[in-house]
Amino acid sequence: MYVAVKGGEAAIRNAHRLMAHERRGDPEVPEVSAAQIDGQLALAVDRVMTEGSLYDRGLAALAIKQARGDLVEAIFLVRAFRATLPRLGATEPLDTSNMAIRRRVSATFKDLPGGQILGPTFDYTHRLIDGALDGFAPPEPATAAPREEAVPRVTDLLGEEGLIEPSPRDDGSEPGDLTREPLAFPIGRDLRLQALARGDEGFLLALGYSTQRGFARSHPFAGEIRMGEVEVEIFVEELGFAVTLGTITVTECQMVNQFKGAGDAPPQFTRGYGLTFGHCERKAMAMALVDRALRAAELGEDVSAPAQDEEFVIMHSDNVEATGFVEHLKLPHYVDFQSELDLLRRLRAEWDAAALKEAAQ
Amino acid sequence: MSEAIATERTAYNFAYLDEQTKRAIRRAILKAIAIPGYQVPFASREMPMPRGWGTGGVQVTAAIIGPDDVLKVIDQGADDTTNAVAIRGFFTRVANVATTTRTVEATIIQTRHRVPETPLNADQILVYQVPIPEPLRFLEPRETETRKLHALADYGTMHVKLYEDIAHFGEIATTYAYPVTVDGRYVMDPSPIPKFDNPKLDDCPALQLFGAGREKRIYAVPPHTRVVSLDFEDHPFAPQRFTEPCALCGATGVFLDEVILDDRGGRMFVCSDTDFCNGRQAAGHRGRLAGNPIESGEGADV
Amino acid sequence: MCEEPLLIAEGLTKFYGARLGCRDVSFTLHAGEVLAVVGESGSGKSTLLGLLSTELAPSAGHVRYSMRDGSLRDLAELSEPERRLLLRTDWGFVRQSPEAGLRMAVSAGANVGERLMAVGWRHYGNIRGAAADWLGRVEIAADRIDDSPKSFSGGMRQRLQIARNLVTAPRLVFMDEPTGGLDVSVQARLLDLIRSLVADLGLAVVIVTHDLAVARLLSHRIMVMKEGCVIEEGLTDQVLDDPQAAYTQLLVSSVLQS
Repeated sequence: MYVAVKGGEAAIRNAHRLMAHERRGDPEVPEVSAAQIDGQLALAVDRVMTEGSLYDRGLAALAIKQARGDLVEAIFLVRAFRATLPRLGATEPLDTSNMAIRRRVSATFKDLPGGQILGPTFDYTHRLIDGALDGFAPPEPATAAPREEAVPRVTDLLGEEGLIEPSPRDDGSEPGDLTREPLAFPIGRDLRLQALARGDEGFLLALGYSTQRGFARSHPFAGEIRMGEVEVEIFVEELGFAVTLGTITVTECQMVNQFKGAGDAPPQFTRGYGLTFGHCERKAMAMALVDRALRAAELGEDVSAPAQDEEFVIMHSDNVEATGFVEHLKLPHYVDFQSELDLLRRLRAEWDAAALKEAAQ
Repeated sequence: MSEAIATERTAYNFAYLDEQTKRAIRRAILKAIAIPGYQVPFASREMPMPRGWGTGGVQVTAAIIGPDDVLKVIDQGADDTTNAVAIRGFFTRVANVATTTRTVEATIIQTRHRVPETPLNADQILVYQVPIPEPLRFLEPRETETRKLHALADYGTMHVKLYEDIAHFGEIATTYAYPVTVDGRYVMDPSPIPKFDNPKLDDCPALQLFGAGREKRIYAVPPHTRVVSLDFEDHPFAPQRFTEPCALCGATGVFLDEVILDDRGGRMFVCSDTDFCNGRQAAGHRGRLAGNPIESGEGADV
Repeated sequence: MCEEPLLIAEGLTKFYGARLGCRDVSFTLHAGEVLAVVGESGSGKSTLLGLLSTELAPSAGHVRYSMRDGSLRDLAELSEPERRLLLRTDWGFVRQSPEAGLRMAVSAGANVGERLMAVGWRHYGNIRGAAADWLGRVEIAADRIDDSPKSFSGGMRQRLQIARNLVTAPRLVFMDEPTGGLDVSVQARLLDLIRSLVADLGLAVVIVTHDLAVARLLSHRIMVMKEGCVIEEGLTDQVLDDPQAAYTQLLVSSVLQS
């Protein structure tokens, strides 16, 4: 006699309870708070905000806690939450030339107005596991205060000489929003940059790396990487001017790439652009490389490498989509598998019969 | 901090999506109904379940469901598979609608991979979860190109694949997600239902809606629309047949799941449509291995 | 060859940015006529073929074609469905590299049958019958019908490509160095086959080649191109036996010397 299993609901409930238990870990060890994650795992929070497309440190920290440190899962939580938020308006474009800079490096000029500011960075640290960190010794106090005065951007300095292509002119058109309108390829640079900003850091890192190894070489220089606080402003119809909502931390990378002149354009450097919430330097740099690679057709270059293929890059850069579809293979596929099994058995029987017949002859 | 978030941020709109989004999805659905089989792009939202786990179907259901609807959710034909349970639970929580496992009682049936065995009626809507909506995808990976092929009704390559199957296997070797022509115009992927279910799409009295969340497409087969499975004149479409009846309810002419009973080759075939099977057993039909089904709920392994 | 022309090219010009592809090419082609376009690489002959076959859009000039219904149409004004139908029914295009003209992942039979399925054939037996017939006509053994072109030699692949193009009985076939990259003995057999098919079917052909021997063997008329321009044209024998332009004389003599 066969008894049908009807355990779905109870099994799910039990599994979730078990996961909550595992999330807490050893009860003898104090529970981590969202505030601790925000303060002490700040770069994880930055990544979750960037790829989650929502600037909210507390929410991102909580998502990381809920996801047990799985950042793609945390990004997913933030995105799902973001999807239901009403759109109240759009801010004015951020003015990164007015950034209160905490870090600013340029690989193209030794010294430049505003100077190089190393800021908080892993660069030049020796990657030795620091046993002392697993204790309670307070670090030495930081001495420098952030710069308050505006520091000109390297691309603006080059722009004064006309040596780099100008930023695209503001033609007054509204930038697209891929979360509100379906993508129709080919898409413009506005939507590309939006998709790249939300894109998976690992995927963009690999693509950016591939361009350096010759799959769409673009001779990049890190013109400038700057990180710090910028004001977010919104234009208020009733007042007739923009008011400040607050400040957010962003990282901006401007890649300066191989010069190019064709037809009516003089020889000049070209740009690749990357921008992230918080301090996501690797992501901003990778994004700038991929942005530049995706401009191949616009700049009259051959489109031959994966990083230049807009549909390939954009359709596969979203880790929420990618993880969902890869992991959906865990879902039951009994019905389709049964159909395949049935066909395979029939084909196999025919094959065996034919082989037998051949052997008999 | 976490309490504040938890309390002020748990209030969701009826059926989760905000009304603006629902209207946008309804517009896409109306367009899909107006152009049977055509894939309408829509700005698919991130849902609180993973992409590829039914977010398209869930968004379609969320856009059309009302407080008086009765919802049934199946996966692989069964109401109690984990993903079906999770989606049903989601709508109970965010829309507080009545749910059922009985096909005849449902006004909306969301499904993954099956069409119910019980014939549907004009008051019902069947919502399919679709992973890859593009029937030409594996012949042509580029969206820019496939859209052109649909626009020009340029479907010759579909038959090249069927030709290859017959040349190599003696028959068309597609067993699920078997492509169909809708209303004599668009070639459509019926989602990964077994080809056994394809004939049920044709001239169906119920509205059939297809939602692909990750791929951001909605398409539809309006009631009583002609749906023809692709084939050759001398190799006509043939749904698969099972040689034995259901071991629990004795039904024939239904889709059966194979259940492995032991490691000595013992196996049985039972209805994949659990509601249909239960209904027949309740009406007194008995198969070879039928006993009295026991609810084994709480003790089930995780 | 006294009826209306099949194809009329007028003032065809193509620039790639500032670089000239070809300039001001005009000619007419009649049904059953074989025109060879010869010249060195970079002379503009492949550009011309691209313009004629609608793969490239001209910077100036027109191509008119006499459709199967007898109407004379400007190819630039065809709708996309009309253009695709023309390409896969009344025209053929045999490419230098068979890999570019075949579907390497499907069987020889499917390669030949594809055009038939694209124009609506839905009877497997008939499609297969037509494919088998055409494989025979290009001297590919019947038992290779279910094999992948990957298992074919270069010469066989090229013959398969020809069958795939001719199965819908086109009236005009474009050929781009069809014997390029093949061994000399294989070339000879293929040329023989092309010549007899062209004669039997009464095909009009525009063939691009750098090989004057190929032009002599296959074509009725010849056009010599240099730096994007036609510098000499006429009956094949006349041009090759008594070249007028200095460049043509050089081409002909270099063949004789080699």
